[in-house]
Parts: sequence; structure tokens; C-alpha cells
Amino acid sequence: MTRRIVLAVLALHVLGLGARLAYAASKTITLLNVSYDPTRELYQEYNAAFVKYWEAKTGQQVTVQQSHGGSSKQARAVIDGLEADVVTLALAYDVDAIQQKAGLLPKNWQARLPNNSAPYTSTIIFLVRKGNPKGIKDWNDLIKPGVAVITPNPKTSGAARWNYLAAWGYALKQPGGDKAQARVFITELYKHVPVLDSGARGATTTFVERGIGDVLINWENEILLSVKELGKEQFEVVIPSVSILAEPTASLVDQVAKKHGTLDMAQAYLEHLYSEEGQEIAAKHYYRPRLASVTAKYAAQFPTLQLVTLSEVAGDWQQAQQMHFSDGGVFDQIYQPSR
Amino acid sequence: MKRHSVLPGFGLTLGFTLLYLSLIVLIPLSATFLKTSTIGWERFWHTVTEPRVLASYRLSFGASFIGALINAVMGLIVAWVLVRYSFPGRRLVDALVDFPFALPTAVAGITLTTLFTRTGWLGRYLEPLGIHVAFSPLGVVIALTFIGLPFVVRTVQPVLQNLDQEIEEAAVSLGAGRWETWRRVILPEVWPALLTGFALAFARAVGEYGSVVFISGNMPMKTEITTLLIITKLEQYDYAGATSIGVVMLGISFMLLLAVNLLQWWSNKRHA
Amino acid sequence: MRDTLRGRFSFFGTPRVKKREPSPALYSTSEPAIVRRLLIAIALTFLGIFLVVPLAAVFAEALKKGFGTYLAALREPDALAAIRLTLLTTAIAVPLNLLFGVSAAWAIAKFHFPGKQVLITLIDLPFSVSPVVSGLVYVLLFGLQGWFGPWLAAHDIKIIFAIPGIVLATIFVTFPFVARELIPLMQAQGTEEEEAARVLGASGWQMFWRVTLPNIKWGLLYGVILCNARAMGEFGAVSVVSGHIRGRTNTIPLHVEILYNEYNATAAFAVASLLALLALVTLAAKSFIEWKSHERLVGR
Repeated sequence: MTRRIVLAVLALHVLGLGARLAYAASKTITLLNVSYDPTRELYQEYNAAFVKYWEAKTGQQVTVQQSHGGSSKQARAVIDGLEADVVTLALAYDVDAIQQKAGLLPKNWQARLPNNSAPYTSTIIFLVRKGNPKGIKDWNDLIKPGVAVITPNPKTSGAARWNYLAAWGYALKQPGGDKAQARVFITELYKHVPVLDSGARGATTTFVERGIGDVLINWENEILLSVKELGKEQFEVVIPSVSILAEPTASLVDQVAKKHGTLDMAQAYLEHLYSEEGQEIAAKHYYRPRLASVTAKYAAQFPTLQLVTLSEVAGDWQQAQQMHFSDGGVFDQIYQPSR
Repeated sequence: MKRHSVLPGFGLTLGFTLLYLSLIVLIPLSATFLKTSTIGWERFWHTVTEPRVLASYRLSFGASFIGALINAVMGLIVAWVLVRYSFPGRRLVDALVDFPFALPTAVAGITLTTLFTRTGWLGRYLEPLGIHVAFSPLGVVIALTFIGLPFVVRTVQPVLQNLDQEIEEAAVSLGAGRWETWRRVILPEVWPALLTGFALAFARAVGEYGSVVFISGNMPMKTEITTLLIITKLEQYDYAGATSIGVVMLGISFMLLLAVNLLQWWSNKRHA
Repeated sequence: MRDTLRGRFSFFGTPRVKKREPSPALYSTSEPAIVRRLLIAIALTFLGIFLVVPLAAVFAEALKKGFGTYLAALREPDALAAIRLTLLTTAIAVPLNLLFGVSAAWAIAKFHFPGKQVLITLIDLPFSVSPVVSGLVYVLLFGLQGWFGPWLAAHDIKIIFAIPGIVLATIFVTFPFVARELIPLMQAQGTEEEEAARVLGASGWQMFWRVTLPNIKWGLLYGVILCNARAMGEFGAVSVVSGHIRGRTNTIPLHVEILYNEYNATAAFAVASLLALLALVTLAAKSFIEWKSHERLVGR
């Protein structure tokens, strides 16, 4: 009796295993796009459009797979062997890391696509509760007593680094603004943060669904999207006076694409982002397009504000990382007990 | 040396066991140690004693300790109630005790978080009272209490069940009051099992990730657990730093395990 | 002494000795009624808050938008892919761990050899290793920058960020379960029956199938059930090695996290409720096994 039970259980396992293994892999070509957190909806739509476009153009069937997560986390996965044909990450620094630590793409990657390989841009704005009870208008309101600020962790989130640098940029732009003053402002700002999520989407969930905090600092596209998805009745958008021009970058991962034989397709995938269709889709998802015609068409949905660039605020990413985000940098020092 | 045994299969089974262990456990773990050793003693020490890392140890180990303590006390009560009393639904409750063990950690994490936020079923009563559970160390303690719950109950239950009621009767017949009987007869019997359960709940809680990372808040120096720090280091491409902290945790866990083994060995000796 | 409480304790703490109902005693060996009721109340409140409420919350959140939405969430392609992957992973991990558990228990329980305690402690190791570290060790071995990375890449073998990596991480986290159930059981049962069978002329396999297996079958089933539940629900270790490729390398727990992060808490809880249901089934199976085993002991 026992013997039969055991045999039956084992046989079931083996059969089940066989059945699943027999699940034939499809014969279409697949592209893997490893992307950062908030772009889920964007690439869902874009991928469908690209598949149609590519089939119309070459007759080839293609499936585009997506992976999403915090930008650095995704870059790390690619470095460790996640076989991305293209990466579309939150900041050039993460793509640089892939180049430096794994050599999967060439040093001059950023120059290969227009606009420094940033097919769309975004910026950093605020989201507050309906009625704006704490009266938040600009960056300096964030450090008023009793204001709780939600922003993700700059060590793991691309968005968080843009947030941080936007705040830094604001402080620099104030009368008499210099590094010391910026440091004071940043330190005070992060003292108002109760939760540090690891990614942009996590921060939005914390603010929106869990009801924590008075103001959320996040990507413009993320905030505009969440207002659309979750209702204007609960939240208001606040545009600060100054913010940073955030440039999420995309690149081909040459070694992987060569190995998969998807070089042409992956290149077309990236180039199509700059086409009218690609730019329209980006704009629809609240990413600021590059193409002038699309920009004009969607001008109404993007607020106007003074934008500073990365180089004005911190030089380049290597310098920013060195000064602010690596171990012992300004961000770490915020959390040291003052000596 | 191996006693010459009538039973077959020693070589085969021991060989397979060792092979499996090596492939799945020993070789991967040695990779961790080797990676750590590439950065040298000084940097290792520096990495694992950074203030932020120290703060995370305090939180991880502190919250685990408190959680295990709560489980020790409440677990004893629950085990006692389940073994000694009968009440409607006792079998159901008995079965339910294992629920945290069978429930995946991520589900536990988001459920507990949803419960204790301002709009949650429990949070809406606690927040106005100023008791912040979500995103605070208290939340971490609650999550760790949840996942450690079955350990103490299940370790103590068999001992209580095996307790000979005649000894208690003898104590009473000799004039001991109920409390005294409890203190001098029952508690010493239960004590090793209680300690073992506590140690197991503690060890489990220390390494826990899925159920804590949602509710914890992840503020450096305040609500950051050590396992999250390991991941943060990884995402900064600091593999050696991540493995260093991992090695420290491994070492502490291993010592805890050893302590549990010794406890059991000691308690067995006492019963011999 | 054939007392299963000696040696390593059995993990689910099965009362394999006689279950005693509270018996009327000659002298009062029980607390005054008020104390009893108070203790019951405390115990039930504690369990209520920590067990019942979360359990109810999972289902309440899942069904918040109605049963139709609930089913739709489960039938969505990515969810189905996650379910398939979880089942596949478990179908590989559990039998392998079963084999390991029986082998290890046989070697440890029936023979004497030096280093037995070390072996037992090693088998226990995954219980105390953080799941994140578990995943990390495989990245260190098989990742592109790891020991075997370049060789694997050259031969186009994908382990990390593909299904084999997920299976490995799951095996690591769950392999002690069967062994840990069987070792104390087999130790308590001793070697007499098997030796008797051998003396009477049984071959190794006959002895195993007809003597050993029937004796351990309930413990074995236990261990498999535990192993299964844990394998399906593992989050931390798999999260590190998975790559999170939607529709390909996401297991049910990872899919729950994704849904949660997409403003879709209801769908997240719907998928999570599958795992909660599995947990309940595990508990029911465990009670059933206990009942059966009790029957057998009492000799009905």
C-alpha cells in the first residue's frame, strides 16, 4: 500500500515535470528590455507598437520581454548576467556601470543615439494631498516643521538621485547659494523623510496607497500618471520653481545582442523611440518628448518651470557619485550623528 | 570507526548526502567566504563596523530578540492552553498555530503592512493613539513575532504533553500550592524546550527579509534591517561589502545553531 | 528509550506520544477556573491578532473588488506564467530534496560514524541563513562576474536569472525539511526491525520498501508537505537570482510583489491568496496526518 502511494507520488511528479518541460519554446525572436521602475506602462504600449512596426517592416515576429526594478538593481543584474538586449535606465551612471564592470557595451555608448541617448526627459515635481493642507509651494516649504516628505533611497533608486540633485540644484540657485548652504538644506530635507523606499514606484505606493507623508517628490511622469490613475479628488500636483532636467538613457547592450543575433532589431527598437510614433507614446505616458512636433502637440500637459541640468548641479555622474552617493558621501553624512 | 553493520547502503547514502551538501551548500558558501577574503581584514572590519551597519545589527538582532521573547512568553501560554484545557475550537486553533510557518514571507509582509498603516484594519485604531507600527521598529518587531510564533509553541507542546500528571499530584499531596507546583515542578521541565524554541525563533527572525522589508521603512540608522543593507551594498556594486556583512550574519547564525544543539544535548543528558 | 522527544526535536512538534486529554485527578492539579479562563482569553487574543486577522485580511483585500476581478487576476497571462514557474520549480526541488532527506536520514540514523553532529548541523544551516544571502551565494558562483560565469557564458548556459538559478535557490532553502523530519523518527525507531529483516534474508531494497518505508511514511509525507509549502512561497532568495523578467522568471511571490508595485494591490492579494490557501491546505494535511498517525499508535 505504502509502496503504491510513494510510487504514485513520484510518478505524478515526473509526469508533471515532463509535461511542463514539453512546453515548447516559441519560435519567435525575443528581445529583453531591462528597464527601471516607473516605465512599466510606457513599455507595455511601446512594445506592442514596435512589434507591429517591425513585422510590417520586415515580416519578422518579435516578442519583447520586460524586466523592471530600481535602476541600479537592474544594472547590477545585467552586470551579473541578466541577458538584456537593450537597457533603458534612469540615469547614464547605471549604463556606465555596465560598461565599466562588465564591458558589455563600448565607452562611447552615449554618443550613439540622439540627445545623448535620452529619447525622452522628465523632471522632478511634487504631489500633495487634496487641498494642500500644509501649503507646499516650493522646495523650501519641505523643510517647514511638521512636513513629512516621501522620496526614495538615493543609494538604490535612480529617481531618488534625481530628486536629491534637484533639491541640491534649488539650494544652489538661491541667493548666496553655495555648496555649504546646499548641504545644510539637503540635511534638513532628509530629516523630514520617514520612509526610504528602494524605488520610485515603492515611494508612490507609500504615499498614495498607504497614506504616509504630506508630499511626494518623484518623477514628473510618475506623478502625472498616478494622478490620472488614482484620481484628482485625492491629490494635487505642485510645481516647484526650479527643478532638474532628468535624462533617462537607453542603450544597446552590444555583447548580448551580438550573441543573440538581435543587433539589428535591438538597434531599430531604440531608434524607433525617437520616431513620431515612439515620441507620441512617450508623451502620452507623461514623458517629455524630444521631437518638436510632438512637444508642441502635448505642450499643455507639461508644466513650465526653470530647469537646471546635471552639469550645472554636480558636473557629471562620476563627480556626483563621488561627492554625494558613494559610501561616506554627503548623503551618508546626513545620517551620521553630528560631531 | 563505523561499526560493522548488517544494514546495507551506508556508502551509497552517505556518499550521496555529502555530494548533495557539497554542491548545494558548501561550495556556494565557500564562494562567499572567499569573496570576502579578497578585501583583506582591515577593509572587512571597516565595512562591518560602519555606523549604519552597526545600527542595522542593533535593529535586526534587537527586534528579533524582543520578538522571540514575546513568543517565548505567549508561546508558553498558548502551548499550556492547548495542552491542558479544552474549549470549543481547540483543534482548529492548534492547527492554525502553524500558519505563519506555511505562509510565504512576502505575503506576510504586505498583509501586515496593509493592516497597520493608517488606513488599515488595526492601524486606524492605533495611529490616533500615537502608536506607529508601520515603518517603525515596532512594525519590525511585530513582523518578526508573527513569523516566530510557531517555534516556541511547537517545541514546548510535546514536553507539556509528556509531563506526567502524577508528579504534579505528588507535589500537591506534599502540600505545594498551585503556583509553587508550577514554579518548581513544571517550569524546570519545560525550561530547556522553552529555551530551544526561543533560540530557534530568534535565529529565524534575524535572517528574515520578505516579511520585514515591506513594513520596516528602511531609514538608515533607524529602521534598516541588516539583510536590506546587504542588498543595498549589492546594488552599489560592492560585492565584497555585501558578502562581508553576509559572513557576519552567517557566523552569528551558525553560533546560534550550535547553541541550540548544545542545549538539546544538555537537556537530553538531564533526562537520561 | 524509544522516546521521540530525545535527540533532535521534530520540527512541527508532532505529539507522537500519547495525547492526554485533561483527566480528572485525585488532587487538584489545575488552576482555579478564573485563571484558566484568563489564560485562554489571552492566548486566543494573541493568536487572533497575529494569525486570524492577517489571514482574513488576505482574503478580504483579494475579494475587495468582487469575485470576478479575483478570478481575472488569476487568469492573467503573467499570473499564469508565475503559477507555472512556481509549480515547475517545486516539482524539481521537492523530489530531489526527498531523495536527499531519505539518504541523509538513513546514513545518520542507522549508522555510527565520526562527524555525525557536524553533518547534522550542516544540514540545519539553511534554516539560519538569511534568504538574501542564500541567493547571493549563487550569484557569486554563477553570475557573469562569478567563478563559473565566463565559462557558462562561453557555453551559453544560463543559470542565474533563469529557471535553473531559481530552482537551485529554492533547493538550498528547502532541503533540510525532509531530512529533519526523518532523522529523529528513524533514530527513535532504531535498527532492530531492519536488522531482523536482513537476518531473515531480505535484500537491501526489499528491506527498505517493506520495513523502513512503512514505518516512516507519515513523517516522510510531513516533510514533503513542509518542503512543498516553503518551496512555493520562497521570496528573498528567489528575488535575488530571478531577474524579474515578466512572464518568464517570476514566481508567485515575486509576481505578488510586482502587482503590489503597480497600484494593483487587489490583484496582488488575489494571487497571494493562492499561497494562503496553500498554507491552509498544508495545515489541514498536517492535521490529517497527525490523526492517522495517532490512530496507528493507538492501534485502532
